[in-house]
Amino acid sequence: MRFSFLSLMRNAMAGQSLWTPQWPQVEPKPFYDAIIVGAGGHGLGAAYYLAKEHGITNVAVLDKGWLGGGNTGRNTTIIRSNYLYDESAGLYDHALKLWESLSQELNYNVMFSQRGVLMLAHTVHDIQVFKRHVYANQRLGIDNEWLTPAEAQAYCPPLNISADARYPVLGAALQRRGGVARHDAVAWGYARAAAERGVDIIQNCAAVSIRRDADGRVAGVDTERGFIGAKKVAVSVAGNTSPLMESAGVRLPLESYPLQALVSEPVKPVMPCVVMSNTVHGYISQSDKGELVIGSGTDQYISYSQRGALHIVEETVAAICELFPTFSRMRMLRNWGGIVDVTPDRSPIVGKTPVPGLYVNCGWGTGGFKATPGSAHVFAHTIARDEPHGLNAPFHLDRFRTGRLIDEAAAAAVAH
Amino acid sequence: MIQVRCPYCDALLPEQEFAYAGQAHIARPEDPSAETDEAWRDYLYIRSNTRGLHKERWRHVHGCGRFFNAIRDTVSDRIQETYRMFETPAGGSADE
Ligand SMILES: Cc1cc2nc3c(=O)[nH]c(=O)nc-3n(C[C@H](O)[C@H](O)[C@H](O)COP(=O)(O)OP(=O)(O)OC[C@H]3O[C@@H](n4cnc5c(N)ncnc54)[C@H](O)[C@@H]3O)c2cc1C
Ligand SMILES: [Zn+2]
Repeated sequence: MRFSFLSLMRNAMAGQSLWTPQWPQVEPKPFYDAIIVGAGGHGLGAAYYLAKEHGITNVAVLDKGWLGGGNTGRNTTIIRSNYLYDESAGLYDHALKLWESLSQELNYNVMFSQRGVLMLAHTVHDIQVFKRHVYANQRLGIDNEWLTPAEAQAYCPPLNISADARYPVLGAALQRRGGVARHDAVAWGYARAAAERGVDIIQNCAAVSIRRDADGRVAGVDTERGFIGAKKVAVSVAGNTSPLMESAGVRLPLESYPLQALVSEPVKPVMPCVVMSNTVHGYISQSDKGELVIGSGTDQYISYSQRGALHIVEETVAAICELFPTFSRMRMLRNWGGIVDVTPDRSPIVGKTPVPGLYVNCGWGTGGFKATPGSAHVFAHTIARDEPHGLNAPFHLDRFRTGRLIDEAAAAAVAH
Repeated sequence: MIQVRCPYCDALLPEQEFAYAGQAHIARPEDPSAETDEAWRDYLYIRSNTRGLHKERWRHVHGCGRFFNAIRDTVSDRIQETYRMFETPAGGSADE
């Protein structure tokens, strides 16, 4: 089933009764060429590119819950590529370019909206760090520009730039190509496109452990619904990576933290862009439905509880009210948490593992939604060819042994 | 928000008085220059990231200022017990 003007018209006439399921419910087969564990955007996208670009279609994507129910469906959807280091800028900008044509590619409206991402500077240190980013990005041909407080307010009228604000705005970095997308549609679009090419999407099927054969090579996955054999296994389960990889004997430099977000009641358009403030941990944009979408910082301790503490949200809301006094009377409708897997250098790990046939895509932490198409694309390449794509080669697990880190942590303090 | 008992102050207090300080009982290499790259990687970066009972350090930053250990269930976030540095927890051994 493809969406077109004609199919929309027909269904409009027929009371929306002609739609068919977008992907079939299937039972797992005993053996696959490749199993991808985790049906988030990254895993589903990897399955799609495996089928489309590498002709590997005997593929299953397993999820312990429903597809897109992890961080993909829980994030605040900020998309940008203005990271400091060449390696990061390369990978994230690869993703940003794929975002620009993703709706056409998938015949699925992912509502990618390049409304610009404004990152606020509140301290002298922020100014220095952001300007360094701006110059590093411009050198690579990635758009990022420095705005004065007045220019920032012209771009985002509700922003409070008064000098006596608790967190005065001293300037901002703006990436105009940045923006937001509809998170669910990304998962659904990739799922439908992958299923169309023969990929099995198996929901409610948690991977319990990874099985290896006598030579140490990957043999398949033990799941809640029994053993499923595979030539290759690719793990893409975000916050749940450590326990699953441990079952294959691979210990990782990851810690899993709760990260929260909340949305307000819907109102008329008021926020024209995305605003981020790393210093006060407030991230805000307005969805096309009209809700203010607000992101928080992580809790301080590791957790798998998939909910965070209320005082974290409270601090974020206080900061948002200072930056946007006009939002102080908005009512919040829902808040929730996701579990994000954080690496010591705040850069992801995408590549091979010491176990032959086992691949891992993790460590995207608080900021991997923006990378979804790019990460999926290079991860599929890595799985199909058993060697990394040029863009993810630096993101190898071995960097924690060699010391060749990609230290966005030191560059930005947070990694949204 | 969770509540944490400081074993030095012997008081149950809100989490905001404390700073989480990561996995507990990670032994510093005794002879640093003799260590391999693999051992350094494990010491500096590899973490158990346990799903379940996790031994971790906390610091009573807005109180006595001291470090101590806790055993916490990372699925429910509930703290089972806290104990002083160099003490053995009631529930078992101090190493992992
Ligand atoms: C509140 C919040 C706000 C965020 N905001 C942003 C943002 O603004 N911009 C940005 O770029 N990023 C953001 N992120 C980060 C972003 O959401 C993630 O990095 C990204 O979505 C990860 O995608 P994924 O496909 O790797 O993981 P997920 O979408 O989490 O998918 C992993 C899947 O694996 C499944 N799974 C787990 N364990 C198993 C198992 N044992 N067996 C089978 N399946 C399993 C899960 O059910 C899940 O569906 C945010 C995250 C959160 C939580
Ligand atoms: Zn104390």
